[in-house]
Amino acid sequence: MSHKIIVPIGPYHPLQDEPEFFQLYVEGEKVVDIDIIIGYNHRGIEKLSESKHFDQVPFLVERICGICSSSHPYAYCLAVENILGGEINIVPEKALYIRTIIDELQRIHSHLLWLGLAGHFIGYNTVWMWAWKYREPVLDMFEMVTGNRNNYAMFKIGGVRRDIKDEDIPLLRKMLDELLPAVDLFRGAVMDDPVIKMRLKDVGTLTYQQAVDWCVVGPTARASGVNIDIRRDDPYGVTERLDWNVILEKDGDIFSKTIVRILELYESISIIRQSLDKMPKSGVIDAEVKDIPEGEGIGRVEAPRGECFHYIKSDGTNQPVRHKVRSPSFMNVASDKVSAVGGTISDATITLAAVDPCYCCTERVAVINKINNRKVMNGWDLVKLSQEKTLKLKEGYHGRPK
Amino acid sequence: MKYILYYLIFPGFLFSSIVGLLACWVDRKVTARLQWRVGPPWHQNFTDLVKLLGKEVIVPESAKLTFLLSPYLGLISVVLVCTGLGRIIILPLDSFGVDLIVFFYLLTVPAIALIIGASASRNPLASVGASREAKLILAYELPFILAIIVVVIKSRGAIQIGQIIQYQMIFGSNLFSISGFLSFIAAIFCIQAKLGTGLFDIAEADQEIMCGTLIEYSGLPLAIFKLTKALMLYIVPLFIIVLFLGRDLSPVFLTAKYLMLLVIIILFKNTNPRLRIDQALRFFWRIPTLLAGAAVVLAICGL
Repeated sequence: MSHKIIVPIGPYHPLQDEPEFFQLYVEGEKVVDIDIIIGYNHRGIEKLSESKHFDQVPFLVERICGICSSSHPYAYCLAVENILGGEINIVPEKALYIRTIIDELQRIHSHLLWLGLAGHFIGYNTVWMWAWKYREPVLDMFEMVTGNRNNYAMFKIGGVRRDIKDEDIPLLRKMLDELLPAVDLFRGAVMDDPVIKMRLKDVGTLTYQQAVDWCVVGPTARASGVNIDIRRDDPYGVTERLDWNVILEKDGDIFSKTIVRILELYESISIIRQSLDKMPKSGVIDAEVKDIPEGEGIGRVEAPRGECFHYIKSDGTNQPVRHKVRSPSFMNVASDKVSAVGGTISDATITLAAVDPCYCCTERVAVINKINNRKVMNGWDLVKLSQEKTLKLKEGYHGRPK
Repeated sequence: MKYILYYLIFPGFLFSSIVGLLACWVDRKVTARLQWRVGPPWHQNFTDLVKLLGKEVIVPESAKLTFLLSPYLGLISVVLVCTGLGRIIILPLDSFGVDLIVFFYLLTVPAIALIIGASASRNPLASVGASREAKLILAYELPFILAIIVVVIKSRGAIQIGQIIQYQMIFGSNLFSISGFLSFIAAIFCIQAKLGTGLFDIAEADQEIMCGTLIEYSGLPLAIFKLTKALMLYIVPLFIIVLFLGRDLSPVFLTAKYLMLLVIIILFKNTNPRLRIDQALRFFWRIPTLLAGAAVVLAICGL
């Protein structure tokens, strides 16, 4: 009776600002299957970073994504510092606090951005405009501290590039105080609105088991009850010394994902306040690292979307031999395969957006056949390719013996 | 000849287009202010329309003739409503020969035209949009009819709009009674679905199906659909005002009432997300239908 038609979302679609392609197989309004096709936005950053020297790479990796533009350099710096002997042993005290403040400010601005977009996707443009209006002071804080609204260029190996000036601190505190009522407003608007509940409750559910099976990370996992947070599990910066909670929800639907993100805003604000209180008044902010010894290091950071992982292999020269990035959206987007199927098209759009996908982060490898311009590699080919590369690295780098 | 002038100039096509586009501007401006934006200048909708007229008309290869004809179908019928209703508001006693039932049908035609045009374009997204629009019509027509029946019962079986206005002039507006109030609330929800705003912007949901029904339209046909929408924004609230608040229809009061209703619609639009089509169907067949049904019973009892 009914026949399947394909409803394309992408490669260019008002739903997402970035190129990606979801093929929804629908019967009537019901989504029966979904194909996720990514690879429209590949920029070869890992390869590029292997031709830069260690101090240039932070500028490169923060351009992986304009939203997580402190998570990536932070994770990279952690990876390099791992080779050097650990963040806590090298980075000066004050720089640790500044790093945490920047990281949490970024989480606030990213979650507010997502909240606005989620409102937009369910046709609630007022939430969109309001969320972005209240996000603006956060960007101003960034501009005050770092000089930039995005791509802060704050992180360097062994410290940070800019100090938070003493005269800025009262103003930062005041701006945070002014942000709290806005967060209260959104919490009220989302938790008490019956129509939002109708649209988001029991929609796009990802159960605990599914969340574990599909290896989702970050708020997407925490909304399903998976208790992971890199800030607590593998502490970096000063989060260990501060008092804050990991937000957990049980249901795994989009409503829980929204609640997790809104409640995390409170935690981030609290972390920043405590950091501003405890931060030493003076001190160096840079350890002035000169040489990177031979070795391998990893860095993990809880980005707004989940665990951001960087791996660095150094051979004692001033360039990384291998740089591997695993970004959170790459893990989260795949879970749409279970959470979006079974709902309607209307549900699917918000479900696809609920993992806070960031395609800039997701695009890692795409190989194009020059003759017919088609993608010719499947997942297994990619695994083989990376294994070959690992083997090559074991022998040496570009013909240089180890 | 006289009727052609009525139809084309006042209170028909030209006049109601201008008012409709200005109403759209009010919509955009109030929305913008609610969202901390500045909003467009008053002539923005006119410029948009002129711009669309200058654009190339792209017709899908597999589209049928109805693809290009259906916009006109919607426009012609809604202009007919504008003319008829406008004449009646100016001269309630001059029976123009059109009654409530004709208006009721003519107001459904734009939605039907949208469905025909979207189906003719053979785009999968447009077909999803068309099916949504059809379901939406099924959803809101029942409470809308019930709400209008209340008015008919209250004015002792009159279906000429002139008579309904006269009745309200003597006995007060229909709104100020229990049954009138209940059916008015039901009607407010129905007209939002008819206009496709806010909660019920389901058929055109641009983030879901990229303006669904309108996806293949461009240039002149798109401009005509936009104009039809603007005219609907003008005439549908007016229709409700005539039925429920028809005591004093002098220009000043009419404008005030119209703007009030318009702002209510805009506020609804900006404080609610979009519903899913199944939720909209369930909503209409429960709350507004129940309200309007209760109102019918109350109206029969004379309340």
